[in-house]
Amino acid sequence: MQAEQTPLQRLWADYVESKIAVLGAVLLVAVLAIALFAPFISPQNPYDLAQLDILDARLPPGAQSAAGKTYWLGTDDQGRDMLSGIFYGLRISIGVGVASTVLALAIGIVVGVGAAFAGGKLDGLIMRLVDIQLSFPSILIALILLALLGQGIDKIIVALVAVQWAYYARTVRSAALVERGKEYIEAARCLALPTSRIVFRHLLPNCLAPLIVVATVQVAHAIALEATLSFLGLGLPITQPSLGLLIANGFNYLLSGKYWISFFPGIALLTTIVAINLVGDQLRDVLNPRLQR
Amino acid sequence: MLVFILRRLAQSIVVLAAMSVLVFVGVYAIGNPIDILINPQADQADIERATKALGLDRPLWEQYWRFLTQALAGDLGRSFAFNVPAIQLIMERMPATMELAVAALLIAIVFGIPLGLWAGLRPQSWIGKSIMAGSILGFSLPTFWVGLMLIMVFSVMLGWLPSSGRGPTSELLGVQVSFTSLTGLAHLAMPALNLALLKLSLVIRLTRAGTREAMLQDYVKFARAKGLSNTRVVGVHVLKNILIPIVTVLGLEFGSLIAFSIVTEAVFAWPGMGKLLIDSINVLDRPVIVAYLLIIVTIFIVINLLVDLAYSALDPRVRLATKA
Amino acid sequence: MSTPTLSVEDLRTHFFTRKGVVKAVDGVSLSLDRGEVLGLVGESGSGKSITGFSILGLIDPPGRIVSGRIRLAGEDLAAASESRWRTLRGKHIAMIFQDPMMTLNPVLRVDTQMIEALRAHESISSAAARDRAREALASVGIAAPEERLLAYPHQLSGGMRQRVAIAIAFLNKPALIIADEPTTALDVTIQSQILAQMQALCRDSGTALIWITHDLAVVAGFADRICVMYAGRIVEQGSVDAILDRPAHPYTRGLLESVPSRNRPGAPLRQITGMAPSLLALPRGCAFRARCALAQPACNDEPALTQIGAGHLVRCFFPEQAPRGRAT
Repeated sequence: MQAEQTPLQRLWADYVESKIAVLGAVLLVAVLAIALFAPFISPQNPYDLAQLDILDARLPPGAQSAAGKTYWLGTDDQGRDMLSGIFYGLRISIGVGVASTVLALAIGIVVGVGAAFAGGKLDGLIMRLVDIQLSFPSILIALILLALLGQGIDKIIVALVAVQWAYYARTVRSAALVERGKEYIEAARCLALPTSRIVFRHLLPNCLAPLIVVATVQVAHAIALEATLSFLGLGLPITQPSLGLLIANGFNYLLSGKYWISFFPGIALLTTIVAINLVGDQLRDVLNPRLQR
Repeated sequence: MLVFILRRLAQSIVVLAAMSVLVFVGVYAIGNPIDILINPQADQADIERATKALGLDRPLWEQYWRFLTQALAGDLGRSFAFNVPAIQLIMERMPATMELAVAALLIAIVFGIPLGLWAGLRPQSWIGKSIMAGSILGFSLPTFWVGLMLIMVFSVMLGWLPSSGRGPTSELLGVQVSFTSLTGLAHLAMPALNLALLKLSLVIRLTRAGTREAMLQDYVKFARAKGLSNTRVVGVHVLKNILIPIVTVLGLEFGSLIAFSIVTEAVFAWPGMGKLLIDSINVLDRPVIVAYLLIIVTIFIVINLLVDLAYSALDPRVRLATKA
Repeated sequence: MSTPTLSVEDLRTHFFTRKGVVKAVDGVSLSLDRGEVLGLVGESGSGKSITGFSILGLIDPPGRIVSGRIRLAGEDLAAASESRWRTLRGKHIAMIFQDPMMTLNPVLRVDTQMIEALRAHESISSAAARDRAREALASVGIAAPEERLLAYPHQLSGGMRQRVAIAIAFLNKPALIIADEPTTALDVTIQSQILAQMQALCRDSGTALIWITHDLAVVAGFADRICVMYAGRIVEQGSVDAILDRPAHPYTRGLLESVPSRNRPGAPLRQITGMAPSLLALPRGCAFRARCALAQPACNDEPALTQIGAGHLVRCFFPEQAPRGRAT
């Protein structure tokens, strides 16, 4: 007989049952740590032009700089250390992904809960809008918005939020509708508790599981989308090189065999996305009450 | 059934009209194409002449009204950059994109369904697990980066396949296609594979999930209890059931293939609508952007309608419900 | 003595789950003669359905037949190859499932599903197979069989679908049919019709029948013998009369007393207290002892199946011998 577990302990126990998911979590923590501490662990500040030496441009991985430093992952066409570039790029890519997800989450929750509580025509209209938006690929919507707005970190966040909010609105609404029909909400209403209290103390905590799952998947999606847009030249400006921009930058030198400028940022991007997806996949299984064993 | 189609068509027209307003206002309200099109040394008179010629001096609603009446007549304006009708420009590029998208869809189906079946029937085997791991990877890989890596391996390192362009085309049933010649196929291979990757992962996942679900159903156990061969149980009883959701999803995903071909076309310099869109955005060629959007919205609407029809043709339960 | 149609000896089917080994069937022995009807009774989770699937060789991982011998007309099925199994299934042993809504493939027409069952076992033209299918539908009381052949399952009622499933089971005149609660999901009136029809079909073709049910009353009327299962084991078996009139195992008595009776109007209904034990962690000894009013320290040991009358066996240290009023 097992001892009684708290819900969190049970989630943890379920989570660590999959080795690959644990690996995903470890990778994710590593990537987040790199992004957070990039300025302290990078060999060089890639934005500080004084530290760059154009003579070191396009050196292969492992080459020595004129000053005797080793460029473990080579350098780009500006003589920038790729490893440092990637660390800083991760910082921007993850920052943009997380920021846009949090904003979109907030908007989605407001709209979703609002629609669920309003019901009737307003609900129908909002969900119609959500359905129409979701029937178009996110890349198309983001592309058009950026074509209109122009470049910039704020603009790409706006575009990513515009792409994502509908997913959360739909998730929150359907979870809220299910919860609203349950007796405890009925009971809370009978006690004449204020709506805000019902929403924040009762409804949202119970919608949390599907939201967490959707949000993890969406962060990965947002990061990939930002990279794609930056690659197409529509995302971030040259002064704020995210991973996508680093890869695009290396595209020009790929055909002459200088693979590393595109290759390593891509690996960093891939690792980030795979790690998030692995964690998200396992969270979905662990948090799904229907799969509870 | 007819009522259903008519109602869907009416809905579609509303969506299309709404999109046209949004797109027009969005595209024409922001940025000034004159800045890009006119030689910076041009004097004020030149700029005014060009503005007048392009109709940019009129109020916005008047520009839209002109745009709308012309659009209904099949005229979506002339490209600022190429000085040909925008719609003609897009129609010229469309076959290339369609060829790419269809090839990608075929790859996704032809490889995805058998792999998904295998993974669904033997989820615990190492092959089944590898297929699933591969599909998770396929979901995570950013399309554009995979494209670059394909070029690196097959063009730069091995030198087997051309890295860009479409190769020679020939006319087939009035459409320019490139898959009829070997060089054309070589040009098509990498872009199609690149574009297919996401959908391939999707098909594998759908097929696997559907197979696992179906294998637990009583009707499969009953079919096995009848003494049917595994081939028949899987090939008929399971496949026919899981094909319905797969066809539905794939149909809907065809639109997203066309949208995602923007990225693939940019990587492989594939001369389709997607590359045209990127080029047009870079020079603010607004008529082309607007025309592209309206055409792609139309494509989406048509696809949704076709998928609904295919769905009711495939699933006897729905077929009956619509007849009644 | 002739060879029995089916004999099962000490069958054990276990499921190897992550949480441990589930001993769904743990030492079941039974035997059927030609044309005999056996009622296999127990509550859900007692292992009666798994016993049925084991006899058909349709246990999927993580389940496995761990030991025991299944003989069909003398042939040891443990030695059967997968292709031999395929010939046996549908041809010599057929099965009918509980829920007619789920048994037929929703996207295939009735004729497809019947004809394939015939053509899996003999080379016969589609036209001939179609004729046989039509006759089979008529024989289970389906009106306008030609029309029904062209129907999809969802166009038929539940009772009609179950008749189709029964027709499919009888198509190849099997020696044995395993019916897993085939009438539970149906209306009472249709239940009795189907019951009567199956009885007649079995009599005509000499097919032996294992009727799996949780409801003693259903089999009381037409089974020859009854096996009562509890927690993966047979706790009592005997002729219908022996089981109904002189139930010896406290569990069997409990089952019988929880059925309302006209003979004892107003008498309080007895119920079996507690719940069926988890098969994951079965305690040593008699599995029923936790719910048994008669449990004694001796019950901490496993009782053996002992004979207490002609063909009447019970797995209990304290079998009750007193006859009781028949419930139905």
